[in-house]
Amino acid sequence: MSKRGIALYLHVHQPYRVRKYSVFDTAYNHDYFNDSDYNSERNNEQVFRKVAAKSYRPMNSLLEKMIAAHPDFKVSLSITGTFLEQAEMWAPDVIESFKRLVDSGRVEIVAETYYHSLAFFFSKAEFERQVDMHRNKIKELFGVETKVFRNTELSYNDSLAKWADEKGFKGILAEGWDPVLEWRSPNFVYKPKDTKNISLLLKNYKLSDDIAFRFSNKNWSEWPLSAEKYSAWANASISDQPLINLFMDYETFGEHQWEDTGIFNFFEAFISKWLEGGDKTFYTLSEAIDTFEPIGEISMPYTVTWADTERDLTAWLGNSMQQEAMRYIYAIEEDVMSTKDLDLISDWRKLQTSDHVYYMCTKWFSDGDVHAYFSPYSSPYDAFLYYLNTVRDLRWRLHHYHHTGGLNG
Amino acid sequence: MSKALAIQGADIDFVIPYTADHPGIDFMRIHSATGLTPLERNGLGAYDSSKVINKSLSKADINDLKDMRGVQKRYVKFVENFVGDNKPDVVHAHDWLTMEAGMRVKELTGAPLIVHVHATEFDRSGSDTGNPIVHEIEYQGLMMADRILAVSNITKSIIMHKYGIPEDKIEVVYNAIDVSSFNDGYVYDFSTYKYLEALKQEGYTVAVTVTRFTIQKGLTHLVKAAAKACQKYDKIVFLFAGDGEQRDELISLASKLGISDKIFFTGFVRGKQWRDAFSVGDMFIMSSVSEPFGLTALEAAHHGNALIISKQSGVGEVLHGIFRYDFWDEDLLADQIIGIATSDALKTCLQNDIKQEYDKITWRDVAKKCLMVYEKMKSQGGLAI
Repeated sequence: MSKRGIALYLHVHQPYRVRKYSVFDTAYNHDYFNDSDYNSERNNEQVFRKVAAKSYRPMNSLLEKMIAAHPDFKVSLSITGTFLEQAEMWAPDVIESFKRLVDSGRVEIVAETYYHSLAFFFSKAEFERQVDMHRNKIKELFGVETKVFRNTELSYNDSLAKWADEKGFKGILAEGWDPVLEWRSPNFVYKPKDTKNISLLLKNYKLSDDIAFRFSNKNWSEWPLSAEKYSAWANASISDQPLINLFMDYETFGEHQWEDTGIFNFFEAFISKWLEGGDKTFYTLSEAIDTFEPIGEISMPYTVTWADTERDLTAWLGNSMQQEAMRYIYAIEEDVMSTKDLDLISDWRKLQTSDHVYYMCTKWFSDGDVHAYFSPYSSPYDAFLYYLNTVRDLRWRLHHYHHTGGLNG
Repeated sequence: MSKALAIQGADIDFVIPYTADHPGIDFMRIHSATGLTPLERNGLGAYDSSKVINKSLSKADINDLKDMRGVQKRYVKFVENFVGDNKPDVVHAHDWLTMEAGMRVKELTGAPLIVHVHATEFDRSGSDTGNPIVHEIEYQGLMMADRILAVSNITKSIIMHKYGIPEDKIEVVYNAIDVSSFNDGYVYDFSTYKYLEALKQEGYTVAVTVTRFTIQKGLTHLVKAAAKACQKYDKIVFLFAGDGEQRDELISLASKLGISDKIFFTGFVRGKQWRDAFSVGDMFIMSSVSEPFGLTALEAAHHGNALIISKQSGVGEVLHGIFRYDFWDEDLLADQIIGIATSDALKTCLQNDIKQEYDKITWRDVAKKCLMVYEKMKSQGGLAI
């Protein structure tokens, strides 16, 4: 009988935020991502250095410490290509610490799209290219192969599972959302509908969100959350079940929840608490899949994500600005690829990162606060405005290459 | 607002500086401080004290009431006499025009004074100067007030920083819009701005501003931004509805920038023409340098416009579904105008989102807040200063 355990998975990502790219820059200046004001929230270097100091450095050293202290501690990470590029430029020591973590053999790297994009929903060909790019980048930096796949924002449906199965992934991640699960528990391994070899791991959102969203909320009846209390909840949650999947943003530690909330101390204390007694453990995602047989089949014909109360794509594609932005960007795919201009292709891909459309979200009243916190723009309309100008500039550059077609405004 | 206050139980004596009929006002008592007609009264502007009205005034009034200060003095006199027999629980004075009377009542009766600031002289003059007499009256009124109501945080911050009033004496009470007043059978008349409608058929976007053409409204920046926008995308036209002393300057600026054919000046509009000006627009721009609130923005939203509001306008504080910009940032304003003109998605998102929220604040809420302040002041006896 295998030990009951936790599969902890953290998502590491930074987008290239679009600067205040005005209509007066369009067709003159093709630099979309370097805000001239270093102190602006849109200045990627400034943001990266800040988050590196607050989150990436302290959390990586804590993870290293936990690995050294507890032979049973393991963690899985997905790290986007846009993060890795920025880390190489502005915090190479962070890359080195991720390398040390991977070299320990107890940290698994998870596959995803290089650009943290929604390409799966717009262009299968581009989606596959980005997954390949990510795999190559991970291999080049860390010397490992990825085996488990997660799509952007944990977006998932049956056809994605089928695709991952055919590509040879052994596992795939999704939200353990009640309307889909009904009476079933997320604390088992499942098999996606109509697949052969792949396993499905479902996020336990209650326990995950206790840390990721509620930890520092003083209006929460359970605040302050202690390692003992949380450990008791987790233990109770799997008294007769094998596995808790805790999936969250890596930046929960130090950035979403600041150090002064006690998040790092909590994390350290919880790991000791959980491993105390030796009857419980941690699994990497691959180990969890190898250890536990699927208990049943799950179907999600409609796309489910890990965001907002709706758990769908409406945070990214809910209004017509967002839909228009994505339609424009994927409409020029062939023209962009055929230029073979690496800078142009890279700019086009950086604009596919889902964060751009997330900043255009107008779901004010239910989840609006969350979106406002993560946006570096004064409104969703401003986010759309700057993005639209970059699309125009891309079209202008394409016009220059192909000498055909109109500029379409 | 008076109506909403009365409905919630306030007993109101409302003193106006002129004499006229008020059909339909049965929820409060109206008192006239002078025998002037509204027309005579309104002929007296804050900046034209030399204007002489000597047509129908009695001999005794001619010297007193020929300028605004005279009317104000008479207003104070009237109120002094009035409160001799009718001691109020609280006095609610609006802006500098009635502040002196408010102070006098406080002095005579000990009733607490609430000063409601809709605009200061800094807003009206659009600069750091303005009329020193008005500044002085405002300063006294704000100092003497037991409680100050400001129509926005912008106004609150002006009261704090320009008049040195402590923050805890000031409360923000946003203005509301009475949506029911728009349900008067109004139907948009496409022929009012026929030429603009024809341009819209050809794919033009209409940007509207409805305002007084004075320096406070920041219209020179708007004209320059319009020129910048047209240089990038020329299927935009601008409707400037209203009039004011800056009109000629704006016309000549537009011609200097080569966009005379892009801007339509209507002159003074009212009634149907005024509402049709909102209706013909795709977007409404409030370019004010300093706007305590800016009710017209809500009127524009009611008529289906996307809103672009300067960050110096108070109404922007309560709305989410809008573009904001600093009044001097002509590039950003141009960008926002072009964005709306070139993207249907952006335009419809802005138009729909603002429709969802523009009528969220009601006069009922405003009155409730005022009554709470009244009650608090009453119980404190109002002699806090």
